Order: sequence, then structure tokens, then C-alpha cells
Amino acid sequence: MTNRTPIAFVIAAVLSVLTTPLAAQIAPVPAPTAAQPVTPTPPPRETVTGDLAQERTSVIITTFATPAVTATPAGTTAVLGRQIAEVIAADLERSGLYAPRGPDGLRAISMGEVTAPAFAGWRGTGAESLVHGFVRADTAGNLTVGCYLYDMALGSELTRNGFVVQPRDWRRAAHRCADAIYSRLSGEAPFFDSRIAYIAETGPKDARIKRLAIMDSDGANHRFITNGQSIALTPRFSPDYSRIVYVSYAGQRVRVYVYDVGSGSQRIIYESSNTTFAPRWSPDGRFILFSMAAAGNTDIYRIPAAGGTPRRLTDGPGIEVGGSYSPDGTRIVFESDRSGAQQIYVMNADGSDQQRISFGGGRYATPEWSPRGDLIAFTRISGNFRIGVMTPSGGSERLLTDSWQDEAPTWAPNGRIIQFFRTTQGRDGRSQIFQVDLTGVNLRRLPTPVDGSDPSWGPVLP
Amino acid sequence: MGKLTQAMVMGMALVAVAGCSRNRAPAELPPVDESSYNTGTTSTGGVSNAVVPGSQQDFVASISSDTIYFDTDRYNVDDIDRAALASQAQWLARYPNVRITVEGHADERGTRDYNLALGERRANAARNYLASLGVDAARISVVSFGKERPIALGSDEASWAQNRRAVTVTVQ
Repeated sequence: MTNRTPIAFVIAAVLSVLTTPLAAQIAPVPAPTAAQPVTPTPPPRETVTGDLAQERTSVIITTFATPAVTATPAGTTAVLGRQIAEVIAADLERSGLYAPRGPDGLRAISMGEVTAPAFAGWRGTGAESLVHGFVRADTAGNLTVGCYLYDMALGSELTRNGFVVQPRDWRRAAHRCADAIYSRLSGEAPFFDSRIAYIAETGPKDARIKRLAIMDSDGANHRFITNGQSIALTPRFSPDYSRIVYVSYAGQRVRVYVYDVGSGSQRIIYESSNTTFAPRWSPDGRFILFSMAAAGNTDIYRIPAAGGTPRRLTDGPGIEVGGSYSPDGTRIVFESDRSGAQQIYVMNADGSDQQRISFGGGRYATPEWSPRGDLIAFTRISGNFRIGVMTPSGGSERLLTDSWQDEAPTWAPNGRIIQFFRTTQGRDGRSQIFQVDLTGVNLRRLPTPVDGSDPSWGPVLP
Repeated sequence: MGKLTQAMVMGMALVAVAGCSRNRAPAELPPVDESSYNTGTTSTGGVSNAVVPGSQQDFVASISSDTIYFDTDRYNVDDIDRAALASQAQWLARYPNVRITVEGHADERGTRDYNLALGERRANAARNYLASLGVDAARISVVSFGKERPIALGSDEASWAQNRRAVTVTVQ
């Protein structure tokens, strides 16, 4: 899974295939005269706060057809057709906006129906949208996945997409299809085809083993990167996913490392006797922000990602820590206790023009700028720890969660969903990864093999 | 704990002079931190209970406390802390070749990065005071564990008070 398949550049080629030769080779099939009965969708596997089921758009997703059942290293095209539909349904469900139905309980479709759906038969379901698709293996060993979204009321195609992937990357094709559906129906930018770096936690509270780990946005393709011998903290994927910056206690010191995903090698970003921590990438991947404690005083620095001389951006006796770039790279939001308690400040990328933007009661920490640029997510500490958002000028504050300790928000690539980790009380307290959308209504736990913390959501995969 | 000798006398004298006020967390000393640096390298053949002069065991047995405690979000060294650090400095004066690490810790009710910075502040406060007592600063390294290594596991004020600490360990 470390070898990324360059999907994007082949899409245009596939589409041309789909629109002409493919259409030609699919013989029209008479529409079924009567719909098969549709069984109700089982309830979602994850907890949903509130019930938006009535307001969510119902989408039918059938098992993807295959022109010829073909064995691949990831299973037959028939099996993949079902699994791809399942991943798409799970993605749409997790978005909180849609109520997917299928592929369980729905009849299989023929190849001909992929481009000529039997609308009349499916209308009995009451669904508003219909997803069909196909999986085909070619002689070169690649999979072609075609993905079609239809409007049930209009009986017309809304979008079609084709993806060519290696069989082992079939989930990416499914996520891309789900992204295309989500974007077309919601008008929002895609986000499913993305990954998350986080810290996997095991063991007792006073000897916690904390390992760097990565996974797809739905928790699949999970992989541990560090072995747990040293505490690992606060990972961040580089914008191109080639590197991960994080904190390690290797050598019994606290230092920021850059881990190269392809080679598995890593290096310290700045050799110093001082503690370095809280690393963050610039949006273009050329710089890394980090915090450094010198003689007990922590300030924020910027260093070229390839190495070099750090430039100090804050200068004062308070704790200045963390930091998150605006998407255009011109501003940085960070936290400081210069006022006496943690609050949120913004400054220019060179450290000038520092201004406080949080003024509510309690403390404000861990600000993260949305990839859309319109909001800043944060942890608000006032009794409990809660996740909230405000505008970059500090206005329109809204709290999205309410639990004992929710911490460290990270944004989905489209800026509509926030992930964070939730810690429970006591000696057996757990840390788990949750996500919530900007309405604050759709709260879900993201399943991980063991406990998790410090999630960091990367951009949509290239 | 029949180990306090001259150091304790000195510490008590300091306390008496200063009249400390702050609510102290633990009445007893927490167990020695065995998590890092020092694995008690006192394998002395068959003599299992012997304490090697200059060792971590000797250090812990000879001082009034290896740990000082802090209030929420604070990192100032108060009079009780000074007494403990003075006893450490006295022992360190006897073993000028021993290096130490001061570990700074925070309670769980803070965000991760901030707690790392806070642990740094606390460890440095202890380091600075030891240096002011004549311990060569080059002998003292600091490391912050933030909220990563609590010693008390509860989620209550008493546990948090024990976890807001700076612990001195010898580097063997």
C-alpha cells in the first residue's frame, strides 16, 4: 500500500474508453419488468448521535457488474464488484449525509444495466439516487472500475467516472467512486480517498506503548510504522504523503523526525541539545513548523523540510507552541499562554503581526486551520475538553462535542469533518479516535485495531 | 524510609525558615521511577543489598526527595522543592562525576504539546535551582514527558497533583 497508484492521470483515458468503445461493447439489455423486493438497510455499525435518517438522501448501490468473472490477486472481479459497492456504501454512510442501501439485499445487475438502469424497477425503493458500476480485469493485470450515478426522479445520469488501478488498490477505486458521488450530490470537495496518520496506544496508563501508525480514511489498510520501543507522538503526513513528521523519544530525548514512507528511513529535522516537538507541514510541503524549548522556554520555528537553519517565528517568555498554516501558506494560527493561559493567536508566516483571536472563558488550544481556509478548529478547555470551530478572526465560535476530554482536532481534506481523539477517565481510561461533522450532529468513532490518539488527516491522495 | 540524614535536617531547617504554604500533593515519596536511564546498575556479585556509593540507589536513599511537585500550570520552585533540591545538590557535590537527568511531567488535564512545553519548564526550574546551588549545569540534562508518564493513574485532583512533578534521576 505504500506504492501509490497514480490514478488521476489515467481517468481521462478511461473515460474516453467508457464513453465510446465500452458503451459499444455493452449490449443493451431489456429492463427488468418488476423490481426485486428490497430489504431494509441494516442499522449503521457505528454510533450516530441524533437521528438524521429522515433527512439523509437515500442512495441505492448495487453490486458492481463484471463483463467476465476473472481471477485477480485481490479476488475475482465478481467478489471485487461486491466489495467495491460495500466500501462505497460505507463511505457514504460515514459522511453522515446519505442513507445508502445495498449492496446487501439488492439483486445483481447485468452489464447492460450499468449504462441503462432499470429505473422503473428501482423506483419502488423510494431512493433518490442510484449507483451502478462494473469491474473489469484486463490482460495487463489492471482493474478498470466504472462508476455511474443516476438521478432516480429524472431517470438520467448525473456523473460517470472510470478508474484504472492495480488489483491491490481496489479500495482506492471504491473511494474515488464514493468521492465522485459525494461531490456530485453535495457540491462539496471529495475526501474519502485519503489517509490518516495517528498514534496507536496499548498498555497501562503509566507505561503506555505509543506507536506511529497509518490507515486509510475508513480505517482500512492499517499499518504500524514504529515498533513501540520509543514513545511516538503527533504525526503529520506531508502533503504528498511521501513523508511523515512526528515526535519520537528515541535516545531518551524528545525530537522531531521526518520518516520517509517509501524507504522507511528517518532523520532528525534539527540537531540540537534542545527539545523539539509539535511539528507541522507547510501546505506546499517545503517547510516544517516545529516548537523548540530552549532553557525551558518554548517558541515556534520554521525550517526547510530538506534541512537547514531554523527561523524563529515567536519570541517571548510564554509557551508558544503548535501552529497550523492557512491553506495559502501566508498565515499561521498557534497557541500561546502569554496572556496567562493558553489562547489562540494568528500571525503572518514570517512571525509578524501576531494577534489574539480567542477570548471566551477557559483556555483554547491546538488550533488547526481548515483546508478550506474558512474556519479554525481548536480544543476548548473549560472544565471539560471540547472540540470547536471559529473563524480566522475569532468569530462565530461553535462547540461541536461535549465529553470529558476531546482533544486535537484535524480536518478532513474538504473541511467538512473534524477528527479528534477522546480520552475517558480513570486508571483504565481509553483514548479513541472520533469524528464529527460541522453540524456537530454526526459523531462517530473510527474503529482502530487498538486505542488511538493524535489523528492527522492528510489531503486527498494524488 | 529511614534514610534521611543530614539532608533532611537541612531541608527541615529551610522549611522552618520559609514557612511554606502550598498544598503538597503526596505525603509519602512516590516509588522510584524505573522507566528510564537507570536500571539500578548495582549488581555487586552476591551482595544483594549493598548500596554502591554514587549509584541511583544511593542517590535515592541519601536525599530527602527525588521529586518536586507543582501547582496546575505552574513551574515555580517553592520552599519544600528547594529543600529537596538542596539535598540532591549536596549528594551531587559528593559525586562530581555523576550526571543527572531531570524529568518534567504534567497531569493529564492539558493538551499534549502544551504539556510537553510545561514539563520542560518544570524540569528547567529544577535544573536552574540545582545550578544555583553549585551543580555544574553541564551535568544536568532535562527531558519532558508531558502527560505521557503519569505516576498516579486516577483522574482526580489527588492523582493530578502527584503527576505535576519533576524527578531527578542519575545517569549511570
